[in-house]
Amino acid sequence: MDTPSPEQPPAAVADAATLCRELRALLPPGAVLSSPSELAPYECDGLSAYRQRPLAVVIPRCVEEVQAVLRLCSARGVPVVARGAGTGLSGGALPHAAGVLLVMARFDRILSVDPAACTARVQPGVRNLAISEAAAPHGLYYAPDPSSQIACSIGGNVAENAGGVHCLKYGLTVHNVLAAEILLMNGERLTLGGEGPDSPGYDLLALLCGSEGLLGVIVEVTVRLLARPPCARLLLATFDSPVRAGAAVASIIAAGIVPAGLEMMDGLAIRAAEAFAHAGYPTDAAALLLCELDGTEEECTGQLMRVESLLRAGGATELRVAADEAERLRLWSGRKSAFPAVGRLAPDYYCMDGSIPRSRLGDVLERIAVLSSEYGLPVANVFHAGDGNLHPLILYDAGKPGELQRTEELGEKILAFCVEVGGTITGEHGVGVEKLGAMCLQFGAAELERFHAVKEAFDPAGLLNPGKAVPTLARCAEGRRMHVHGGELPFPGIERF
Amino acid sequence: MHTTLADFIATTAAGEEASEILRKCVHCGFCNATCPTYRLLGDELDGPRGRIYQIKEMLEGAEPAASVLQHLDRCLGCRACETTCPSGVEYGKLLDTGRELAEQRVQRGRWSQLQRRVLRWMFPFPLRIAPWLRLAMRVRPLLPRVLAAHVPPVLTPPGAWPEARHARRMVALAGCVQSVATPATSAAAARVLDRSGISLVTAPAAGCCGALSHHLAAREEGLDFARRNIDAWIPLLEAGAEAVVASASGCGLHLRDYGRLLASDAAYAEKAARVSAAVRDLTEVVPLPAAGASPQRLRVAVHTPCTLQHGQHLGGRVEALLRATGCELLPVADAGTCCGSAGSYSLLQSELSSQLGDARARALQAGAPDVVVTANVGCQLQLAGRCTAPVRHWIEVLDEATRVL
Ligand SMILES: Cc1cc2nc3c(=O)[nH]c(=O)nc-3n(C[C@H](O)[C@H](O)[C@H](O)COP(=O)(O)OP(=O)(O)OC[C@H]3O[C@@H](n4cnc5c(N)ncnc54)[C@H](O)[C@@H]3O)c2cc1C
Ligand code: SF4
Ligand code: SF4
Repeated sequence: MDTPSPEQPPAAVADAATLCRELRALLPPGAVLSSPSELAPYECDGLSAYRQRPLAVVIPRCVEEVQAVLRLCSARGVPVVARGAGTGLSGGALPHAAGVLLVMARFDRILSVDPAACTARVQPGVRNLAISEAAAPHGLYYAPDPSSQIACSIGGNVAENAGGVHCLKYGLTVHNVLAAEILLMNGERLTLGGEGPDSPGYDLLALLCGSEGLLGVIVEVTVRLLARPPCARLLLATFDSPVRAGAAVASIIAAGIVPAGLEMMDGLAIRAAEAFAHAGYPTDAAALLLCELDGTEEECTGQLMRVESLLRAGGATELRVAADEAERLRLWSGRKSAFPAVGRLAPDYYCMDGSIPRSRLGDVLERIAVLSSEYGLPVANVFHAGDGNLHPLILYDAGKPGELQRTEELGEKILAFCVEVGGTITGEHGVGVEKLGAMCLQFGAAELERFHAVKEAFDPAGLLNPGKAVPTLARCAEGRRMHVHGGELPFPGIERF
Repeated sequence: MHTTLADFIATTAAGEEASEILRKCVHCGFCNATCPTYRLLGDELDGPRGRIYQIKEMLEGAEPAASVLQHLDRCLGCRACETTCPSGVEYGKLLDTGRELAEQRVQRGRWSQLQRRVLRWMFPFPLRIAPWLRLAMRVRPLLPRVLAAHVPPVLTPPGAWPEARHARRMVALAGCVQSVATPATSAAAARVLDRSGISLVTAPAAGCCGALSHHLAAREEGLDFARRNIDAWIPLLEAGAEAVVASASGCGLHLRDYGRLLASDAAYAEKAARVSAAVRDLTEVVPLPAAGASPQRLRVAVHTPCTLQHGQHLGGRVEALLRATGCELLPVADAGTCCGSAGSYSLLQSELSSQLGDARARALQAGAPDVVVTANVGCQLQLAGRCTAPVRHWIEVLDEATRVL
């Protein structure tokens, strides 16, 4: 595996005490953690199946402190992994055994909200939802709303190019960020992007979005704010099969309608979410769609009628429009808490994140159902249907021997099918360590080699979040040898890492 | 999250309960977002997800460092995390187990031990608090701010307690700190209930609910308080009293737990369950007043105690009652956040507590209210020293608003 090896190299252990002493000299008291009791809770992010303790955790409060940490680690050749709120679902913030975990949670200030320019300048540790709350008095909000928005940080959002319920119409993080300040591994500070509509040179800001902490440490972000639409209507439609609901989604998109959000939950997910949110979901339904339409009053009403008739034609058994704002928010809150709510059903879940052409939703759901019963592992589906961004949640119990392995295997099969129908192996949760193997399915050696070259351009020593996001060619070669013919390496001309 | 309990606890009731709770936690981190201490300190170790992890480590057999005790001490026990958790993790119960374990494994500093002993000696006993309170009120201007903030500037006189003239009866928890520091609360409750045909009576033998000892990990001492109260109330319940009414939501929450806490005490299990089942918060027994009774249309900011909203899930009721009297309810930012009082926390973790208290006071006063109301004596004292508007128990405001009727 490319995951940082759990065995710490002996040299690093000898250095740990010195490194911590040096870090303590740079940072105020309480900002360096190093005892096993303190390191344990930092050993994983939202994907707790992968765990690794770092040499030390540092929690700086200002840019100068981050710079000092980076310079020290650069000089000592110590890897650094940035962490925001630790809600990531692909192990992106999994610590490095011989490295420092750089926690950005104390960068939690909203620096300014400019209602005239519709922008907000914020520190990276600010929670996604806090931006919208700060913008609310001006009638503005920050559009990308990952389900984890209550907790996840904007720095983590940029690093993962997070998406959310309303990204179908308003775009992913990359479409809503105007500028970012980053520190390179050597401590140098760069400004990427700007408030102008276009800037000369390469679009490094776009490159930063989704770079998973491999290129630089984000220390400030300027986001675009949108005006709250005057009218938002949320429609709930019930179906007697997920496949039918999937087909209804395809029909809405095919009709050229762009809802603000179009989400789907299957029966297992509905029941878990209802138990928490008391949103009023029909708990006996096999699937439900939440379709939000926004704009002016007339736009909403017009679209609502069209969507209603499409859903009815698609076999919806019940249609309901949220009666008021309170009900609309309640219905969304159920959807947004659906992943953790599934924690009520099984001790562990493995949240997958594939994206597929929307026309193939039905096929993929059917295939998932077949694989699920083949493996004897229940799968709950909660996802951004409008984007074709699937989130099958495989329910398992890590306490049962072998169940995690079977879960991973099932996961890979589902992803392989996504790629087969023309989709990708991640919609929004990133690659991290979890989908390194799947990256080999997605890309050939030529692309992977360019990825590594980009990384090198920013971080020649390879110290920022090493081993994540992009698999080594050797790993893919091995994987393919297993999967393909057991014969020759597929790309003999390429140097192995 | 999967947990493999260590042998020492695997087969115990506490172990089984903890492992059930831990199974539900999926490590999503949503709870950190509403945790007051995580928001102040930005350290996973001071948020619910990290505290759960530290407790899990102990349960799995890891030897805790002194830091674990410190991070658990910093927890307010406000249970905002429970309200936020979509997965239904009962953090409060896990915390009890965690604290007990940490207390056994980590040697507390002398000073910390002494502080705790003094608190446990004094606060549960009205007769011991009273002289100190009188003294503190006299020298209040000379006290350092952290201490002065806990001392009420003046005591509101309680007013008359109506005679027990109705057939319908309820038992009031007289309480410890409340009976001395905010005596107006119980009397106002008695008057309001009297007007709706219920006589509120007290049981002289009852006393502190035991929450203070319980939260300072003096479990047995807390249980003794519980047993004493149960002995005092059972006869009244048997004589037809309908409920045990708590006007301090912190105490009420603890009373509701008697059944669980004494479940393995053969002599008391049944009686404890009976008392717990009879417990009502005052918001549950005061009927909605006829509309528009408040003559002066007070502008009110409500601080709902954590023990009311996160502990007893009774948020919104104070607002409904006051609105019905014609009060204007002002919006309050971050209304789910703890004021930092949290029982003895305000004295043991005074720095964090002050920061939280100041932030809450700012949020409550943002709309320039005529009065700030709350539903728990600790919160009332914590906020009274920090707000320029008077801070009162909501029942006093309701009492005055409905008196004209
Ligand atoms: C229940 C649940 C629901 C979710 N729903 C969604 C969803 O709808 N859409 C979605 O897109 N995601 C979702 N996620 C995944 C996750 O919340 C997002 O990936 C989020 O963007 C991660 O933010 P974070 O602050 O928690 O980052 P972390 O998990 O701490 O880190 C994630 C990555 O970002 C890097 N990073 C963090 N901060 C910085 C920084 N300042 N500079 C450089 N690199 C940094 C880390 O190194 C790591 O690679 C969900 C997660 C959970 C648990
Ligand atoms: S919100 Fe609940 S499930 Fe999520 S980390 Fe917190 S306690 Fe665990
Ligand atoms: S009880 Fe309150 S302080 Fe303690 S972890 Fe939960 S939210 Fe934080």
